[in-house]
Amino acid sequence: MTFTVPPLVGEQSSRPAVRQGLLRRLVRRPLAVAALVYLVVVVILAVLAPAVAPYGPESTDLAKILQGPSAAHLLGTDAIGRDVLSRLLFGARPALLGVLIATATAVVIAVPVGIAAAMYRRADRLVSPVVDVIMSIPAIAVLLMVLATFGQNLSAAMVALGVLTAPGMTRVIRGAALAVVEEPYIEAARVFGLRGPAIAARHVLPRIIGPLLVNGSLVASAALITETGLNFLGLGVHPPDPSWGSLVSDGAAAMDQSVWLLFIAGCVVAVTVVAFVLLGDALRDTAAETWSGRRERTRPERRQRLGRASATHAPTDGAGEGVDSDALLAVRDLTVAFPGPSRTTLEVLQHVSFDVGRGETVGIVGESGCGKTMTGLAVIGMLPPRASVVAGQILLAGRDVLAMPRKTRARLRGGTIAFVSQEPMVALDPLFTVGYQISEAVRRYEKASRSAVRRIAIELLERVRISEPEKVAKLYPHEISGGMAQRVCIAIALAGHPDLLVADEPTTALDVTVQAEILALLASLQRDTGMAIILISHDWEVIRRMSARAVVMYAGQVVERGVTAELMRHPSHPYTEGLLAADPHLARPGTRLRTIPGAVPQPEDWPVGCHFAARCQYATAECSRQAIPLLRAEDNRWTRCIHFDRFRVRAAAGD
Amino acid sequence: MARLVLRRILVSVPSLVVVSVIVFVLQSLIPGDAADTLAGVNATAAHIAAVRAQLGLNRPLPVQYWHWLDGVFHGSLGNSLINGQPVTSLLDPRLEVTLSLVLGATVVASVIGVLLGTASSLDSRVVRRVLDVVSVVGMAIPSFWVALLLIAWVSVRLGWLPATGYVSLSSSPLEWARSLILPVIALALTGMTAIAKQTREAMLDVLQRDYIRNLRANGTGEGSVIFRHAFRSAAMPVVTMSGLLFIGALGGSVIIEQIFGLPGLGEAAVAATSNKDIPVIQGVAVYFTLLVIGVNLVTDIIYGLLNPKVRTG
Repeated sequence: MTFTVPPLVGEQSSRPAVRQGLLRRLVRRPLAVAALVYLVVVVILAVLAPAVAPYGPESTDLAKILQGPSAAHLLGTDAIGRDVLSRLLFGARPALLGVLIATATAVVIAVPVGIAAAMYRRADRLVSPVVDVIMSIPAIAVLLMVLATFGQNLSAAMVALGVLTAPGMTRVIRGAALAVVEEPYIEAARVFGLRGPAIAARHVLPRIIGPLLVNGSLVASAALITETGLNFLGLGVHPPDPSWGSLVSDGAAAMDQSVWLLFIAGCVVAVTVVAFVLLGDALRDTAAETWSGRRERTRPERRQRLGRASATHAPTDGAGEGVDSDALLAVRDLTVAFPGPSRTTLEVLQHVSFDVGRGETVGIVGESGCGKTMTGLAVIGMLPPRASVVAGQILLAGRDVLAMPRKTRARLRGGTIAFVSQEPMVALDPLFTVGYQISEAVRRYEKASRSAVRRIAIELLERVRISEPEKVAKLYPHEISGGMAQRVCIAIALAGHPDLLVADEPTTALDVTVQAEILALLASLQRDTGMAIILISHDWEVIRRMSARAVVMYAGQVVERGVTAELMRHPSHPYTEGLLAADPHLARPGTRLRTIPGAVPQPEDWPVGCHFAARCQYATAECSRQAIPLLRAEDNRWTRCIHFDRFRVRAAAGD
Repeated sequence: MARLVLRRILVSVPSLVVVSVIVFVLQSLIPGDAADTLAGVNATAAHIAAVRAQLGLNRPLPVQYWHWLDGVFHGSLGNSLINGQPVTSLLDPRLEVTLSLVLGATVVASVIGVLLGTASSLDSRVVRRVLDVVSVVGMAIPSFWVALLLIAWVSVRLGWLPATGYVSLSSSPLEWARSLILPVIALALTGMTAIAKQTREAMLDVLQRDYIRNLRANGTGEGSVIFRHAFRSAAMPVVTMSGLLFIGALGGSVIIEQIFGLPGLGEAAVAATSNKDIPVIQGVAVYFTLLVIGVNLVTDIIYGLLNPKVRTG
């Protein structure tokens, strides 16, 4: 009798399983421990019921009927004076036996079938449809039939319940096993000649224990509810033999005189089910902790300043000296941090300063993990949920956006600043047509009739050079190519006539030819509209073609800033030099491509001194002594390298 | 879309066959068949044999199954062993009761569950904690116990709503609603929390996708982001869940009907189980299976309407 919805939850945990430590981590959860202890106690009491029960299950005392708890009867008496505690203890036996039978049946079927389906394609082709069919059978109908057939034999019904629950569990097991089977060491075991069943028992089974326990506890809780339900209907245990279900129905019959019996009997059932569910929940959560990383959501940045960071790594750059205060966008000394362990903050951007003039394109360049995207998100006001600006200013047309109320700032998005992201294929809502999504953007800015909005949307599609815009407008995102999707995204960004477009690696996910088309489109749109663009990229070729000025970022800092052409011709920072040398587009044919040794350090590993020192061939002891400020190397050129003059000479000599 | 519906119907045929075969095989296992029951306790062996022949129970099982299947194709599910009434005319009037109850519970659970789940996906940690606790409790408390407590409190103590009985929709819509409120609440409670959890998971999953960030970054209002875009994506797993909920509620309805004295399919099935009135149980099994098939079909259609990939693919 499935009162509960089939336990789909278990499927979420079909991730690579864990072997040990599950129990150890489980013990740290007090609720889980309480549930486990409770269940163990119930099992022990049920087994020992004949010895520990104060009365026989059927011994009646008609002088004491429907009493509340007393010293003689700890949980009171029922309508014919039987001791409720004793009947609950004896009633636990069929209940737990039923749970055991149903769960064991499900496990015995689901484990081999699920593993086989994961390991052998042929088995899978057979198993999946059968699972579908059985899952669409209403269990209750079959259970009633079984009960009618086997003279209301509860064990038979519980076996049937186990069989009917097995398909759901099979799915979970199959999913979990599939993840294991695809791992290389299983393949290796096969190559070494280990037979299928041996692999299943030795390598797969231990790794699916986690999901199995989780799902098993859910099946157990469902089985207990079903068992009590059947007994409540009088279809299982034959009265006067005690069962939890019959205690509830006895309580229901005496409801008019006393609610106590109904209450306590139901409580015992509910608490026991809760124990199974809690145990399952705790197992799942514990398991999930190990199997998956944290999930992060992107929400509009919340207006909360944590105050200036206590441990400032780098000195301020004179609030971004050398940035133009008449600029459309002026980012000054921007520091962004996540809350770190024990009240510290973990900075992910430090003292970032640059400016963008009206109609200008500024490129931000650097390896992954340098803070390019974080900078872009800070500008549009969409930092990840826990990140916040701890210092600095973002001035848009002279107004400090960080000081604005949240709503005012939200209104800037779309109309003043627009955004185009990296992966066009996932940037559009798959459930709405292209035309709808553009129209929705248009409607925010134009108070016009439906048909006028539609016309503007089509015009926008034409402006991003989509041929047959009428036809494309009717298509869904999955029906168009990546390049076309990116054009649509640009059209949506254009809908609000923004002054500034933040383009986060807009061409990285596209083919080379499509890349060139999109860049040409952006350039021509910029000429027509006069909007400024922040172009985030790791590709020097893109930066060179598109942006007059470039900002080079490394490990959360701006390391060099200047006119793109000059900066590429003679870099003033070793990182810029290394990055240029490592770019395949710029390499001289026939020479070996030089890559920068090592990797970008994680924010928690950033040194106090120069962040790049560890990877730098020019580094000296001085570099690591203290934070490096942004220095003026020449007019319009800033670098975060104290050796910039020496480095240039050496670089020129070594070239 | 049409192909989708057709495929679903084709897939559902096996489950009908499987259920009816299970029922038939189980029936054959009964020690002493319906003839014993029908002929009475004091019947002679000859009399029982005569009844058996009359019922066709002396023929081999596959022949009996074919005979029954033939009847199904002609709209007959046999006759009740207890009162000889055709199973279909016994069960048809009960369909309204069960459907009112189960559909009502599914709708109530879905609507409230979705509201709760959405609320808890939007930032409030308190709501989220509360939902976590409530969902464990909701999953654990047997619906029949809730039903009894509701009767004890709302009907017996307060006298607000009838404790038992059913009034058909056509005779008095108000009384119909009053007779269903408590049973629907009792039945909906479990599913409600399941839906709430599913909605929350789905919303959290959708809200972190790229296109949601893009919508926000390009100025779409929070209301539209959540209720037009995120919600629609999140609705897909929730629709699937609601379908499962209906099937679950169908099982739960058997007990709830018993408690509230609702003359539905489940009530007939329980009575038939005690009387070993196999054709009636068989009939209920067929009705239930048909309902499940119908719900799966509706779920698929809604899913298709929501998801253009299914519709256009």
